[in-house]
Amino acid sequence: MTNAFDVTDLHVTIGGSHILQGVSLEVPRGGVTALLGRNGVGKTTTLRALLGIVPATGTVRVMGTDVLGWPTHRIVRLGVGYVPEDRDVFAGLTVEENLRLAEQTPEPHYDEVYSLFPELRARTRQRAGTLSGGQQQMVSIARALLNGWPLLLIDEPSKGLAPRLVSELAEVLERVATLSTVLLVEQNLAVVRRLAQRVVVLDHGEVVHTGAADELDDPVMARRFLGVAGAS
Amino acid sequence: MTVFLSLTFSGVALGAIYFLAASGLSLIYGLMDILNFAHGLFMTLGAYAAWDAATHAPASWGAPVIFVVSLVAAVLGGALAAGLTEVLVIRPLYGRPISQILVTIGLDLAATGLLLGAFGSNPQSLPVPLWMMEASHFAGISLPNADYVAFAGGLVVLIALEWFLRRTRYGIIIRAGVENRTMVSALGINVARAFTLVFVIGGAMAGLAGLLYAVVFSGELVSPTQGDSLLIFAFIVVVIGGLGSIRGSAVAALMVGLVQDYTNFYLGNHPGMAEIGNLSVVLLLAVVLEWRPRGLFGSAL
Amino acid sequence: MTRARVAVALGAIFAVFFALVPFISLHVDWVLPGTVNVVNSTGTLEVLALCFIFAGVALGYDVMFGFTGLLSLGPVMYFATGVYVFDIALTRWNWPLASALGLTFAVSLVLALVLGAIALRVSGIAFTMVTLAFAQAFYYLIEDNPHGLTGGDTGLALSTARLPAFMSGAVSNTRNLYWIAFGFLVLAYAVVWVVTESATGHVFVAIRENERRLEVLGVRPFGYKLASYTLSSLVATGGGVAYILLIGTAVPSAVASTTVTLSILVMVVLGGAGTRWGAVTGAILYVYLQQYLLKVAAQPSFATLPSFLRVPLSQPQFLLGAIFVLFVLFVPGGVAGLVSRRRTPSLKQLVAGQRRKQ
Repeated sequence: MTNAFDVTDLHVTIGGSHILQGVSLEVPRGGVTALLGRNGVGKTTTLRALLGIVPATGTVRVMGTDVLGWPTHRIVRLGVGYVPEDRDVFAGLTVEENLRLAEQTPEPHYDEVYSLFPELRARTRQRAGTLSGGQQQMVSIARALLNGWPLLLIDEPSKGLAPRLVSELAEVLERVATLSTVLLVEQNLAVVRRLAQRVVVLDHGEVVHTGAADELDDPVMARRFLGVAGAS
Repeated sequence: MTVFLSLTFSGVALGAIYFLAASGLSLIYGLMDILNFAHGLFMTLGAYAAWDAATHAPASWGAPVIFVVSLVAAVLGGALAAGLTEVLVIRPLYGRPISQILVTIGLDLAATGLLLGAFGSNPQSLPVPLWMMEASHFAGISLPNADYVAFAGGLVVLIALEWFLRRTRYGIIIRAGVENRTMVSALGINVARAFTLVFVIGGAMAGLAGLLYAVVFSGELVSPTQGDSLLIFAFIVVVIGGLGSIRGSAVAALMVGLVQDYTNFYLGNHPGMAEIGNLSVVLLLAVVLEWRPRGLFGSAL
Repeated sequence: MTRARVAVALGAIFAVFFALVPFISLHVDWVLPGTVNVVNSTGTLEVLALCFIFAGVALGYDVMFGFTGLLSLGPVMYFATGVYVFDIALTRWNWPLASALGLTFAVSLVLALVLGAIALRVSGIAFTMVTLAFAQAFYYLIEDNPHGLTGGDTGLALSTARLPAFMSGAVSNTRNLYWIAFGFLVLAYAVVWVVTESATGHVFVAIRENERRLEVLGVRPFGYKLASYTLSSLVATGGGVAYILLIGTAVPSAVASTTVTLSILVMVVLGGAGTRWGAVTGAILYVYLQQYLLKVAAQPSFATLPSFLRVPLSQPQFLLGAIFVLFVLFVPGGVAGLVSRRRTPSLKQLVAGQRRKQ
C-alpha cells in the first residue's frame, strides 16, 4: 500500500523568510503520526504546503499522486480532511451551514458526526461565531469527518481548550484514528502520547528526527523535541 | 410635511439604485479583494443594452412590453459584460489584487473610449413608457411612477439576494468565502467558480442600476460616462456600509440617497451650493470613517 | 563605469538634448504631434512641455504609489490646487507672482497634511476609496464656482497682467514655457531622487514591502506615509502651476476630474511603478501618444477608413486603455521592467496594507 503522504525536499518561502528548508517525511497509512517541534519551526506551514495553500517546491505525493502545484480544492478531493489551527469556522454561518459547505460526497456521514458530537445536533441553527472554543473545534473536526475521507490533517486541536475538554477531545480523536490516517500537529505531550504511534520532529524548517512515539516517555527526549514549554 | 415625505421617498428611490450598484461591488470586494472600477462600465453597458433593445423592438409591441424587454436587456447586458471581464482579464491575474484593480481601470477607460467613439459624448434618448413619468398619489405624496419602480426594483433585488445568499449552496459558499476564502477551498470547493458567479450577479445588478438611473435621474438619457459618475457614489456606499456586507450596503445606500436628496433640496438653491448634495455625501463618508474606520457593518478588513 | 554612472550620464544626455530642442528647427515627417512637421514648432513644443509636466506629476505620484505602496486615487486634487489657487490669486485677486506661488504651495501643504492624515487612518482599499471620494468632493467644489472664484464649468482663463513678460501665453513665449515645464521636471526629479535615496526613502520602500514588520521594529509608519503623501501632493501642485502657465485656462473636466487621476496611475504603471525613470518614461509616452493619436485622427484621410477601424482609432482613450490592459496582463513591470535587468517590484509586491486572508 502506498504511503498516505510522501514529502521530499519541501521548501517554502513566505514574505522573504525561508520557512521550510527541505522537509522530507513519510506518513504511512493507518494510525496517527505526530508532527512535533517548538513554536515557529514550520509545522503549520508543512500542513498548509501539503494542501497547496502556500506555494512550495519539492515533491508532495498524496496516496501516490503527485499533487505539487495543484489547487487546494483538488488535493482535498483526493480524500484529505483538514482541521486548521484556530479552527477557522465560518463565524457568520450557522453550524448547519458550516457542515453543509463541507459536503463533498452524495451521502455525508452526519450520523457518525452527530454520534461523536451530540452537542452539535442541538445547535444546528446557531451561528458558529457564537459557539464556545470547544464547540467551534467540534464543528471544525466535524467538517473534516463528514465525507469519511481516508486522510486527516489536524493542526493543534487542543490549543486554547480547557483541560477537561482536552481529554474529551483526545477520546474523540482516538475513535477518529481507527477510521482514518491522521497527521497531527500537537503541542500537548499527553495528547500526543495517547494518540500517536510515530513522531516526526521539525526544527528550523527541517526534519531532525523520526521515530516511534514511545521515545517521548523519556523526558530528556521529550524536552529536546518540544522545547521546555511543550514538555511541561 | 408632504414635501418632506416626497423628498424622503425619492431619496429612498435614489438609495435603491445606489444599493443595486454597491451590493455587487461589495460582494466582489468581499470575496476577491478587487476594487472593481469596471462596475461603472457594467452600468453604462446595461443602459446601452436597454437603449439598443428598446430602439430595435417593433413599436407594435407597445411601450410596456418594450420597457420590460429593455429591462431584461440591461440585466443580461450587465451580466454578460461582467462575466466576460472576470473570465478574460481578472482570472489570469488571480493572486495579484493590485493588478486586478488596475486592469479594471484600463478596461473602463478603453470601453468608455470606445463608446465615446461609437456614440459621441451626446446622450441617447431611451424610449420609456409615458406612464413612468406620470405622477401617482400615494399616502398624500405625489411622485413620478419611475421612483416607485426604482424603489421596487431595489427591494426585489435585496430580497432575492438575501434569499440566494442564505438558502442556496452557492450563496453559502459566497458568504463563507467573504469570511475566509482559503478555508473554503480547504473544504474541497472550487472558489474560482464563485468568483465568476459574483461578477455575473454584480454585473446584472449594475446593468439594472444603469437603466433605472437613466430613467429616474437623468431624464431617460444614456451617455458613455454615466456609469462612472454613479460608480463614485457606489464606492462611497460600499465603504460606509462596510466592505463585503450586503446589509451594510443597503443601509448605507439609503443613508447616502436621503442625505443627498435632503441637502440638495434644502440647501442646493443657495448660490454656490449647487453641488451641496454631492459634497455632503463625502462629508458623511469622512464622519463615518472617523467614527468607525471599517464602516457601519464592516468586520475585519 | 558603474551602472549608476551610466544612468547619470544617460540622464544628463537626455536633459541636455531636451533643453536644446527649442533650437532644433529640423523638418521631421510622421512622428511629431504638432500640426507643423518641424521639431521646434509651437505645437510640438507645447506637447513636449505637457509631457514634462505630467512626467513630473507621475514621478511624484510614484513616490507614494510605487515606492511607498499607497494606492491613492486623489493626486488630481493637488494638481487642481496648483492650477486653481495660482490662477485665482493672479486673475481674481491680482496678486504678484511670488505671493501667488507661496499661497498655492501653502494651501497644498495644509490640504495634504489634513486630508492625508484623515485618509491614512484607514489602510488598503479603504484608503484608496477615501482619497477618491475627497478628490471627487474637490471636483464638485470647483464646479460649484463658490463666490464666483473658479468659473465653474466654463473655466477660468489665466490673467497674465502680473506675470513677467517672458511668461505670458503669447506664441513667441512657447519656448520659455517649454523651459519652465522642463525645469519643473528636472527639479521634481532631483527632489524625488534625493528623497528616495535617503534613509526616509528606504523606510518608504520598507512600508511597501512589509508594514507590520516595520512596526515590530518600533518604527511608526504613519508619519512616513504622511510624508510620502505630502511630497507627492506638493509635486503635483508644482505640475498644476506649470500646467496653467502653459495652457492658460483651467477647466474642471481637464484638470480636476478622476480621469486625470486614472491617467496618472496608468502612466506610472505603463512606465514601471517603483522606478523613477519608469514613471517619467510612462508619462512622456502616454501624453505624447495621446496628443499624436488625436492629430492622426484629425487627418482628412482618416475619415475614409471603414467605421470599425475609424471609431476605435479616433479615441486615444480607447487605445491607451487597451494598451494599459495588455501591459497589466503581460508586462507587469512596465517599460522599466522590459528594459532594466534589475527586477522592478512586481505589482503584487505593491500591495500595501492589503487584508490577509488565512
